[in-house]
Amino acid sequence: MITAMADKPETGGIVLTEAQKKSRRQRSIAIALALGVLVVLFFAVTMVKGPAVLVRPM
Amino acid sequence: MSVLDQNAIDINPRISEAEVADYIALLKPRVMSLVIFTALVGMAMAPGHFHPVLAFTSLLCIAVGAGASGALNMALEGDIDSKMSRTANRPIPRGRITRPEAMAFGLTLSFFSVMTLGILVNWIAGSLLAFTIFFYVVIYTMGLKRWTAQNIVIGGAAGALPPVVAWAAVTGTVDVEPLLLFAIIFFWTPPHFWALALFRSDDYARAGIPMLPNVAGPDATRLQILLYTVVLIAVAAAPWALGYFDAVYGIVSLILGAGMLVLAINVYLRRERAASLRATRKLFAFSILYLFALFATLLVEVVVRALAPMVGGA
Repeated sequence: MITAMADKPETGGIVLTEAQKKSRRQRSIAIALALGVLVVLFFAVTMVKGPAVLVRPM
Repeated sequence: MSVLDQNAIDINPRISEAEVADYIALLKPRVMSLVIFTALVGMAMAPGHFHPVLAFTSLLCIAVGAGASGALNMALEGDIDSKMSRTANRPIPRGRITRPEAMAFGLTLSFFSVMTLGILVNWIAGSLLAFTIFFYVVIYTMGLKRWTAQNIVIGGAAGALPPVVAWAAVTGTVDVEPLLLFAIIFFWTPPHFWALALFRSDDYARAGIPMLPNVAGPDATRLQILLYTVVLIAVAAAPWALGYFDAVYGIVSLILGAGMLVLAINVYLRRERAASLRATRKLFAFSILYLFALFATLLVEVVVRALAPMVGGA
């Protein structure tokens, strides 16, 4: 029984096409870059403002 | 159909093939560039020192907020975009991105742009940016656009707010000068969009949008364009008349205004189909140049004013 199941080709799950994989990779890189920019932005503004970064006038 | 079939789970869900370029198209990059430019002028006009890092952060947040509004607008208007030749190539009508995907994208960018501007710069600017997005998406896109022929008149306020947001980013307040910039863009919007609506009236009729030419007719629209152009010329000269800018700006604004007026009169007089089409296209194209040139003149004057003491002191 075990041998029979192992021989059976896997049918579960979604197999992405090359185009889908490529576009997903592109989107992932774009999200990573956007997050990187956000981190750099918060770091740079903290450096510029110093302790005043905690002062946020309304 | 068996019970099993009816309850079967879709094992072939839609997998997105959307590329980064499709998401960039959702941001309406051309509108975004005008927003960045007008915001830059508002920022340059504001008094006091503003660190370049904070200036960059503010402009980025305003740009992303404007892009988010564009994405939310496309998510809500996917049905009408597919009926209009001008918008049929957008990512949603082409099937590249679904409406929920665009909605999620727009909401995420709205949240991050407002929060980043509020936390890193100030909450007056952050709140104004949030209001701008709300006004464009909820008041204009969801309400006015499909309801009244005055849609772009009232909705124009959203497009006019970026210089005010930028001014608030620098000063933490709102003053007369940014409100003058607001007024210029506000009164520029009707002649600009009604010129477009005149030569795209078939498109808007197909989509069922009550633009002025479709509701009140082309002749009434031509008259409204002319009247708003006259008001625009007066409002555009106000920064000079009120003493905020010198005669160079005043003269440039009047020369550019004369160009707008000539083209608006041309639109008013030419009623035959082919000539009317040419006249409205010319006015539409010139109106973009008009706003850009007007704000560029303001920017040049501000830069010259800032450099004058250095040159004088050297």
